[in-house]
Amino acid sequence: MSSNTLEVSMYRYNPEQDKFPYMKKYSIEKPARDIMVLDLLHLLKEGDDSISYRRSCREGVCGSDGMNINGKNGLACITPISSVIKKDKIELRPLPGLPVIRDLVVDMTQFYAQYEKIKPFLQNDTTAPEQERLQSPEDRAKLDGLYECILCACCSTSCPSFWWNPDKFVGPAALLQAYRFLADTRDLETQNRLEELSDPFSVYRCHGIMNCVSACPKSLNPNKAIGEIKSMLLSNKKQVIASDGVR
Amino acid sequence: MNNSTLAKDIKTIEFDALIIGGGGSGMRTSLELAKSGLKTAVVSKVFPTRSHTVSAQGGITCAIGSADPDDDWRWHMYDTVKGADFIGDQDAIEYLCSEGPKAVFELEHMGLPFSRFENGRIYQRPFGGQSKDYGKGGQAARTCAAADRTGHALLHTLYQNNIKEGTNFLNEWFAVDIVKNSKNEVTGVIAFSIEYGELAYLKSQATVMATGGAGRIYASTTNALINTGDGLAMALRAGFPAQDMEMWQFHPTGIYGAGSLVTEGCRGEGGYLVNKDGERFMERYAPNVKDLAGRDVVARSMVLEILEGRGCGENKDHIFLKLDHLGADVLNAKLPGICELSKTFAHVDPIYEPIPVVPTCHYMMGGTPTNIHGQAFNRVNNIDSVVPGLFAAGEAACVSVHGANRLGGNSLLDLVVFGRATGMHIQQELKSGGGVESATKDDIEASLQRLNHLNESTSGYETAPVKKELQECMQNYFGVFRRGEFMEKGLKELDEIRDKVNNLHLKDKSNAFNTSRVEAIELQNLFEVAEATAIAAYSRNESRGAHARDDFPERDDDNWLCHSLYDPISKTISKRDVNFSPSQVEAFPPVVRTY
Repeated sequence: MSSNTLEVSMYRYNPEQDKFPYMKKYSIEKPARDIMVLDLLHLLKEGDDSISYRRSCREGVCGSDGMNINGKNGLACITPISSVIKKDKIELRPLPGLPVIRDLVVDMTQFYAQYEKIKPFLQNDTTAPEQERLQSPEDRAKLDGLYECILCACCSTSCPSFWWNPDKFVGPAALLQAYRFLADTRDLETQNRLEELSDPFSVYRCHGIMNCVSACPKSLNPNKAIGEIKSMLLSNKKQVIASDGVR
Repeated sequence: MNNSTLAKDIKTIEFDALIIGGGGSGMRTSLELAKSGLKTAVVSKVFPTRSHTVSAQGGITCAIGSADPDDDWRWHMYDTVKGADFIGDQDAIEYLCSEGPKAVFELEHMGLPFSRFENGRIYQRPFGGQSKDYGKGGQAARTCAAADRTGHALLHTLYQNNIKEGTNFLNEWFAVDIVKNSKNEVTGVIAFSIEYGELAYLKSQATVMATGGAGRIYASTTNALINTGDGLAMALRAGFPAQDMEMWQFHPTGIYGAGSLVTEGCRGEGGYLVNKDGERFMERYAPNVKDLAGRDVVARSMVLEILEGRGCGENKDHIFLKLDHLGADVLNAKLPGICELSKTFAHVDPIYEPIPVVPTCHYMMGGTPTNIHGQAFNRVNNIDSVVPGLFAAGEAACVSVHGANRLGGNSLLDLVVFGRATGMHIQQELKSGGGVESATKDDIEASLQRLNHLNESTSGYETAPVKKELQECMQNYFGVFRRGEFMEKGLKELDEIRDKVNNLHLKDKSNAFNTSRVEAIELQNLFEVAEATAIAAYSRNESRGAHARDDFPERDDDNWLCHSLYDPISKTISKRDVNFSPSQVEAFPPVVRTY
């Protein structure tokens, strides 16, 4: 094979036609300039329109095109092929651990269910002022590195604990959001939020192997957020024990 | 679905209100309705947080009096009327600016993580076309921001609150065509599940088109790949008009080559544009406000610099946006997303180097004409006549608050103010007994025709090359500068493209996540919008706002101080009066627009 050719090996599965998934090889002339993996997919789809994948913003903010690229989860639209090519080869697979609908498209129901479970909305039943609720820049800064999550699922689907217990372990993405609301000075349900996370599975199945951190295409750190939640759970428990003692 | 589906083969799912589109306007409408107890569903072709609202960066413009306690919504109104080059409807602009603060504070109460000033109030930054005291008091800072990720923060906050209120979502469902009854009332849509290919008639008393823009009619656009004007195209195919379709905003700063948006907030924070000589050329074109003139003015100035040989780079075909003088601290705190995008798509770090940018198609000021309640209307004997059952909000609609040129930060405000207004109106209408009569089997079958035709295709044209042809045609003949003779060529090309668009070959007929089917229908939608754009652009013989004609360089208030209304049946343009009757203030009369 000439070095002008790029070999793309892609996971293919169409439930109406294929009994089993398979890897299909495509040879394509190496683009003259560096392009993103998503551009590569567009080129391949022009030749084989049966290829299926999700995409929307094509600039790394909508989180549609998370996939497994040469063994690592990432967003196709902001991954230059130059950064992933190994010996003129690229392997594209769906995000691991979730059921495949077709080709690179996975069923994200379980992932979204965990997100909904942590009640990802501000809870504050006090009467809202006529204007905004005030928040100091320092308090607002506590949300940085948390609210930017784009729900692409690159982190949760790189986590063995999530593969093992997707129904009971909340997973890094949703835990990052759980902490986003725990850290928000405007949210008043801290106590209830912590109680709902205090079982042995929701948070504690995280063993800190940091796959989530290395997978996150937005350079966020779910591992750190999970650590913060664990500290809050611990001090919450101590408080409960202390107040029990007084009684 | 089968290759040929009859009305009797598909199921009917019934709702009180149906919202097509899960972006900012759609989810603000649904939030209002979810609280009302009406059976409401959002139909979105992508999971809602993948909608294009997520890409909005700089902020949401609104006189909340945070940066300046003396700020006044009337000043915001004046700026918007002037920015629109005087063909924005003043009753609608008045509603937008006066109701705005309520809508923005609601977002904050819902949890939107706005950036903050030291006193704890919402951070506001200067944006283009903003002034104090009706243009006499200097630059205002009126754009509320969550760093440079305001759209992301807004969209996620709305989705989160819809979860809280228990909204029904039909995610990854694709709406194909409107269903109408014999009285020309809209009774819902034909739609299919992208995941399984299941086809259904979604029946509703109120159908809201909140499908956003269609920037993908151009080859170079800041818009997401999904921005294909589906709702507007469905309305056009159903025979309902579109307004001001010649008015497309070219954003001054799309990343050269990639098209990704670089927020106007960069210039708001002190960045500026330079040509190949390093000259800050906007000082020549807009001596007072320089780089913060209206977007149409800045985009045209950039194109002129390039045409006159002062562009940057090897081919002198772009402009530099200089930010390095702001320093790493400001850039990291206020524009972190821009730094990231710039490194990824332009391979430059703005802390050290300027970003190569070029005017890029960004926003559709036109759309389905509506009143301030989101009700779509038709023209019958030169009188506006509401279309029962049909509503539109956000970029898909033309209410019209943006007229011939939208001001930065006004689109997010448009989404929440009119999404909210539409939701409130539908509630009121349905609770007071309003609604539409049922459609017959024949009516439903009529709306299945186009999809059946595509599914039955055994030969014809491939989608991708025809789409490219369409996008090149629009880019070449209907871009920043337009000229009659060129547009005539473009119109001829469009005639040929229509034939291809009507005869696409869908090779893959499978049902599970068949994106080829979706893309073929999207191309047909793009074509409807492109054709309306071309005919409207060719008809308006003047230069106003974003519509710049080489052959008619002046604004012509005697003949064109009006909306253009495109009739999809006759494919002709008629004129419609602009509203100059706000209720709380005196109307702003047209004056010469300078910055």
